[in-house]
Amino acid sequence: MNWRRAGIAAALVIPVVFVFSRGMKIDPREIPSPLPGNPAPPFALAVFAPGQPPLERPIGDTVRLADLRGRVVVLNFWASWCLACRDEHVGLTDVARGYAGKPVTFVGSLYQDTPGNGTQWIAEMGGQSYPSVNDPKARTAIDYGLYGVPETFFITAEGKIARKITGPAPPQVIRQIIDSLLTTTSSP
Amino acid sequence: MQSVNGLVGHGALLLALPFIALGIIAVPVAVNRGRRDWLEIGYGAVYANFALMSAAALAMISALVTHDFSVSYVAQVGSRETPLFYTIISLWGALEGSILFWAWVLSFYGMTVVALNKSRAGNLVPYAAMTLLCISLFFSILLVGPANPFHVVSPVPQNGPGPNPLLQNHILMAVHPPLLYLGYVGMSVPFAFAVGAVLSGEAENNDWIKVSRTWTMASWGFLSAAIIAGMWWSYEVLGWGGYWAWDPVENASFLPWLTATAFLHSAMVQERRGMLRVWNLNLVVGTFVLTILGTFLTRSGIISSVHAFTTGTIGYYFLAFITIVLVTGGVIVAGSSDKLRSKGKLDSAASRETVFLLNNLFLTAFMLTVLVGTLFPLVAEAMRGVKVSVGGPFFNRMSLPIIAALLFLMGVGPALPWKVASKAELRSKLIPPTAGALVLAAAALIAGIHDPYGILVFAFVGYAATANFREFSIGAAVRRRAHGESWPTAFLRLVEGNRRRYGGYIAHFGVFFVALGIAMSSTLRTEREATLQRGMTMQIAGRTLRLQDIWGREEPQRQVVGATLEIMNGNRVTGTLEPRMNFYRTQQEPVPTPDVRSGVLGDLYLNLMAFRPDGSNATIRAIYQPLVPWIWFGGGVVVFGAIVAGWPTARRRRVPAVVPVPAPPKPPAREPEYAA
Repeated sequence: MNWRRAGIAAALVIPVVFVFSRGMKIDPREIPSPLPGNPAPPFALAVFAPGQPPLERPIGDTVRLADLRGRVVVLNFWASWCLACRDEHVGLTDVARGYAGKPVTFVGSLYQDTPGNGTQWIAEMGGQSYPSVNDPKARTAIDYGLYGVPETFFITAEGKIARKITGPAPPQVIRQIIDSLLTTTSSP
Repeated sequence: MQSVNGLVGHGALLLALPFIALGIIAVPVAVNRGRRDWLEIGYGAVYANFALMSAAALAMISALVTHDFSVSYVAQVGSRETPLFYTIISLWGALEGSILFWAWVLSFYGMTVVALNKSRAGNLVPYAAMTLLCISLFFSILLVGPANPFHVVSPVPQNGPGPNPLLQNHILMAVHPPLLYLGYVGMSVPFAFAVGAVLSGEAENNDWIKVSRTWTMASWGFLSAAIIAGMWWSYEVLGWGGYWAWDPVENASFLPWLTATAFLHSAMVQERRGMLRVWNLNLVVGTFVLTILGTFLTRSGIISSVHAFTTGTIGYYFLAFITIVLVTGGVIVAGSSDKLRSKGKLDSAASRETVFLLNNLFLTAFMLTVLVGTLFPLVAEAMRGVKVSVGGPFFNRMSLPIIAALLFLMGVGPALPWKVASKAELRSKLIPPTAGALVLAAAALIAGIHDPYGILVFAFVGYAATANFREFSIGAAVRRRAHGESWPTAFLRLVEGNRRRYGGYIAHFGVFFVALGIAMSSTLRTEREATLQRGMTMQIAGRTLRLQDIWGREEPQRQVVGATLEIMNGNRVTGTLEPRMNFYRTQQEPVPTPDVRSGVLGDLYLNLMAFRPDGSNATIRAIYQPLVPWIWFGGGVVVFGAIVAGWPTARRRRVPAVVPVPAPPKPPAREPEYAA
C-alpha cells in the first residue's frame, strides 16, 4: 500500500464534499413566490368545521376575504391525507387560540378532500380552535398558486399577501409574522 | 397501534442491523485467524440480510395492497382509488420505499455473489461479501433512521393522496425503476470485488477482473435497458415528444453507464495483454462512485429535477456515505497503483488494444463532459451563490463529436487484431466498410438531413455496421467451408463459439439502431399545433388528422378528458388516435397521456394541449418524428447482445475451436472464454 498516494487521493475528496455540503443548504425548489406584496386573491368559502369558541363560526357560514379587511388573516391549506399537516396542527390551533380577541382571523382551507374526512380528522387530532372551509375543485388553492399542502399564507389588514410558508409552519414563526403584521397595522 | 405489516416490516429492518454488523466483523476474523466457521457466520449474515430485507419489502407490499394507512409510507403514497397494479409498484414511487427496494435488491445481489462464488479459493470472495455488507449497512441505517417507511401513523387516515400521478400513468413505470435499480445496485458487485481484491492482495492477478466483468456485463445490460425504458417512458408520458433532456437525473443514470461501457472494453485488454490494470480499478471504483453520486443527487434534494424526491435530513447521511466511498475508492486505487504496473506494452498503433484505449479515452471524456455539465450549477451556486442552468445545447454540442468518434471506433476496433496489424490486414479490413459509410451518408442526404453531424453519424454507422457485419460473415464463411454447414448453422455456431465477442458485436448493432433513430428523429422532426372543432382537420407530414370527438370520463382515481382524431388517407380513415389529459384528485396540473402511432419509419405523436370545458374545441399538438421506434428496438438489441455475451457458460463446455483465419501470417486472436 502506498499510503502517501492514498492520502493525497483522500485529500482530493475534501473540495467535492465541500461543494456538496454547501449545495445541501440551498433548496433548489425555493423559488420566490410572486404573491407577497400583491393583493390576496379574494375568496368566499363555506365553513364545514366550526372551530371552537371564541373563534367558532357556524357550519355553512360563508367566510369572505373582503369582510376581513382590517384584520390579519392566516390562511392555512390542509388535507386529511396530508401527513405533514399533522405536524403543524396542534401548534396552529394553540397559536390561533392565543390571538383570540386580537384582530387576527385563522382560516383552514380543505384541499382536495371531502368535508367528511376533514371533520373526522379534526376530531381525531383533538379538535381545531378555528374554523375550516371547504374549497371545492381547489379553486382558491389554484388562485393562491398552491405548491402543496400544508401551505400557510399571511394576509395583511390591507388585504395584501405578506408572507407564505410551504410545509409545516412552526408556531414561533407564525407568532413572529403575526406580531410584525399587527405592529405595522397599528402604527399609523 | 402498529399493524401486523408495520410490525413485521419494522422488526425485520431492526433485526437486519445486528446481522449485518456481525457479518462485517466475522469476515476479517475468519481471514486473519483462518477460521472457516467465522466465514460461515459471515456468509450466513449475507443470507439473513436477504431474508430480512425480503420480509420487510413483502410487508410493505402487503401494507400497500391492504391500504394499511397506519404505515407512514402507505399514508404518503397510497390511496383507495389507485388501481392495484399502480399500488404495488408505488413501492418504488417515493423516497422511503425506493430506499427499501434498493436495500432489497442489494441484499439479493449479496446473496447471489456468495452463492455463486463461495467455493472459490482465496480471500477475494469473503472480502467482497464484507464490502457488500458495508454498503447494506448504510442503507439499513437509512431505513431505521431518516428513511424509515414503517413509522406508525396515528390516528389512521381514512385515505391517502395516492402516488405521484406521473408514476401511475404508464406501464413502463413498472419496468424502468426496477431495471434501473438492478443496473445501478449491480455496480456495487464489481466494486466489492475490487475492494476484495485489494484487501486480499489479489489485485495483481486477473481473477477479480474476470468476475467483475461478468457482473458488470449483467448490470450494464440492466442499466442499458433501464435507460432506454426511461427514455420511452418520458416519450410516452410527458407529452413533449422527446426522450432525452439532459436532466440531471438522466445524466446520473448515464454516467455510470459510460464508465461501465469503458470497463467492459478495457477489461479485455487487461485479460489479453495484462495492461491497464490501474485504469480498470479506476473504472470499477468510478462506476460505483457514480451510482452513489446519482443516488445522492436524486435523494438529497440537492438539485432540482423531475425525478428528485422531497427529502429531510437524509441528504446528510448520503453526504457522509459518499465521503466514505470516495475516500475508500481513492485510497484503494491510489494506494495499490504501484503494485499494478502494466505487464504488457502497446506493440503498435494499429492494434485492437489501441482502439480500446481510444474508446476508453472518448468514453471517459464523455463521462467527464456530462459530469461537469451536471454538477456545474451546483458548484456555481456553492461558490458564487448564483443560479445557473446547463441545458441541452451545451450537452449536445459537446457530446456530438465524441459520439461520432465512438461510432467510428466501433467500426475500426473489431476489424483490427490484437498486438499489431499488417498493412495488408489494414487494407483488407478497413477499406471495404467505406462503401457502407458512403451508402448511409447518401441515404441521410436523400432523407433530407442537412446537419453535418447527422450525416457524419449516418456515415460512421454505415462504416461500423459494415465492419461488424463482416466479422460475422467472414467467420461464418470460414465455418461453412471448413464444416460444410449451412449459413444459419454457421452463424449460430460462430456466435456460440465465442459468445463474449459476438455478443459484443450484437450490442454494437443495437447502438447503431439507437444512433440512427436519434439522428433522424432529432434532425427531421416536424411539429404542428392547431385548435380544432369537431370535423375540422389539420395536416402533418403529409397526413391529415380530423377531430372526431372530445369526450370526458370519470375513473375512480381521476377524471379523463380525451380527443379522438382520425388519421385520413384521402377519404379513407386509416386509424384513430386518442390523446388524453388526466386530472388527479391531489394534483392541480393535469397529467397528459399522449397517443402515438408507431410505424417502422416513424411515429405520429399527438398530445392534447387544451380544450374548452363545453367540448366545443380542442388544441392538439401533432409531432412527426422519423425512426423513433428504432431507438427502442436498438435498446432491445443492445440488451440481447449483453445477454449473449454475459449469460453464464456451463463450466468446461467448449465448442471445438474453429477460428476464422482470413489473413495470414498471424491468425486473429480468439479471446478465451471464461466461465462466470
